[in-house]
Amino acid sequence: MALLEIRDLHAEVDGKPILKGINLTVEAGEVHAIMGPNGSGKSTLSYVLAGRDGYEVTGGEVIYDGKNLLELAPEERACEGVFLAFQYPVEIPGVAGTTFLRHAVNAKRKYQGVPEYDAMEFVKFVRGKAKDLNMPDDMLKRAVNVGFSGGEKKRNETLQMAVLEPKLAILDETDSGLDIDALKVVADGVNALRGPERAMLVITHYQRLLDYVVPDKVHVLANGRIIKSGDKSLALELEERGYAHILEAAA
Amino acid sequence: MTEPVKEHAPEPALERLLDAAPGTGAGEGADRGPLAKLRSDGKRAVLAAGLPTQKSEPWKYTSLNALRKIEWSGPTADGADFATVQAALPDLDAYTVVLLNGRFDPVLSDLAGLPKGVRVLPLPEAMSDTAVSDTLASLIPLGNAPMAALNTAHLDDGVLLRVDDGKALDKPLHVISVGYAPSSPTSFHPRILIQLGENAEAVVVESHIGLDGAPTFSNTVVEAVLAPSSRLGHYKLQDQPAESFDLSTTAIRCADKAVYDGFTLSLGRGTMRNDVRLTLDGERVEGRLNGAYLGHLSSHVDNTTFIDHAKPNSTSREVFKGVLADASRGVFQGKILVRPDAQNTDGHQLNKSLLLSDKAEADSKPELEIYADDVRCSHGATIGALDDDQLFYLRARGIDAATARAMLVQAFLMEALDEIRKVSVRDALHDHLAARLQPLFEGGLA
Repeated sequence: MALLEIRDLHAEVDGKPILKGINLTVEAGEVHAIMGPNGSGKSTLSYVLAGRDGYEVTGGEVIYDGKNLLELAPEERACEGVFLAFQYPVEIPGVAGTTFLRHAVNAKRKYQGVPEYDAMEFVKFVRGKAKDLNMPDDMLKRAVNVGFSGGEKKRNETLQMAVLEPKLAILDETDSGLDIDALKVVADGVNALRGPERAMLVITHYQRLLDYVVPDKVHVLANGRIIKSGDKSLALELEERGYAHILEAAA
Repeated sequence: MTEPVKEHAPEPALERLLDAAPGTGAGEGADRGPLAKLRSDGKRAVLAAGLPTQKSEPWKYTSLNALRKIEWSGPTADGADFATVQAALPDLDAYTVVLLNGRFDPVLSDLAGLPKGVRVLPLPEAMSDTAVSDTLASLIPLGNAPMAALNTAHLDDGVLLRVDDGKALDKPLHVISVGYAPSSPTSFHPRILIQLGENAEAVVVESHIGLDGAPTFSNTVVEAVLAPSSRLGHYKLQDQPAESFDLSTTAIRCADKAVYDGFTLSLGRGTMRNDVRLTLDGERVEGRLNGAYLGHLSSHVDNTTFIDHAKPNSTSREVFKGVLADASRGVFQGKILVRPDAQNTDGHQLNKSLLLSDKAEADSKPELEIYADDVRCSHGATIGALDDDQLFYLRARGIDAATARAMLVQAFLMEALDEIRKVSVRDALHDHLAARLQPLFEGGLA
């Protein structure tokens, strides 16, 4: 069975239909890119999968790891292994990164019925993860995302992903606001986390990230539907000829 | 038809409160002793003003009606259990003075090893020094401070801290004011006088706590005089039980280049009101008046502050942050006065409230009165709920909604504590606050 199966998913925001029948199947170990012009519903799809309030599902279903994903609260989805890397990571003044991540990791461990980490064990665990990604862990001492540069925020998301070991990672416009050096650092982190057990949904407007995180499949989302799917060459085609060409062909 | 009330006849509640004052009890002779004159001034002032009502602007948001209904008596030694009191004392690496129902308690206090040039004494013992007797009760005009007048009418105990020129207190002085009413409702009037000489330095921590029992009414007055270039860290914890009224009037006067770093953390379950008057009576003074409060159950916290920029080139900074849960109420009234003389004043004020319940209430009233033309002054007030984006971010990482809310509340208050400059006190209050907030993570505050 596929890790993620989205069937005829419809969703609306403030009464306005955004997703109009999405069908998508992602197997464990695969990286799928979802590309599309602004306003096509890319971010809505990521929020619907993560369970954000205000994104109302009006039809269809999402089966994740054999469960009805849409019935779960956001925190339950996270504990089941769904991870959303935010396009705009939220600043949380007064909460140290370590404290935040320890709460997150222990929530998941509790959910899974394994013993929670104490402060010492956790620090050791996080240091190991940061080292695997070749990232400094000093930003965990600071308040979550407060005063971080765009690159630091995205690096922080990647480190969180490594620490939380998701089965399904949704990367929402992870490349936005990054210069090429920061993009490489984040892409290296994401690539280090690819594995046979883990699926990734990489949502992006531009092809540039896909030079570094090479997808198994590419889908084009337009006006709330997937209008074309293909392999990585589809991303290159989009880069070369633009969205208009594909939209016309599909019309 | 009711009979017209006789002019100047005090209301019964005030009369009853004054019954406990020395020299006013039935059958006693004329009031004597070094403090008698002040007591009589205080009594006259409070009789003239009466107990405050909400018609008076500074008391607009705080009612004393519940206090009026209780039959108060002065402190007695009946049933005082020292072991119980001792066990309740908060721990801090500090010299300790315990004011038990306002009385300097020599047994519970610990002042061993005070450095040279530092005196900590019961106030009556210090009155032979004219530097003390001339200062006591001089900072607060009793005519516009009825509660301070009521305190002064009872003035026969309290504590003096005096640090001589160029001397420093090597550890904080922890003044623990304990309210203890084992049998009947008890009113008391703690008094603290702080005098820092030129270039002297001290940290004073006030903890206002109470033991469960009958209601208590604590009416504190603190006066602090900072000579040129002296530095005072002045931190206060309010953590009294539900059946308590914890009121205070605090006046601080700073001379040239003095630094005052004040912080009030209000966590009590009853009624709290802090009237703080900070006078920057010198140039290049740095005045900091900050605080955090947690309203819960039906507690009431009122911080009414007045920062008086009397001379040029001084700065003031004021940040009060409050979280209001259940049916609690938080009041912030902050007035900043910049006198015509006080050119180049830099004054900033901020009040932020977080409302956690539909029944909670926050009132915020900033007031800038500026008579100088070259000043930088600002104020801001926000009242809001928890941030949805932050809540979703935490939940998307697996943290359940209740824990996420508790984390954000804790963060909001902890951030306010960062204003405290004395690190050891900041850490101690941090730990105390964390312990008090722990129930939030387990379902709700108690």
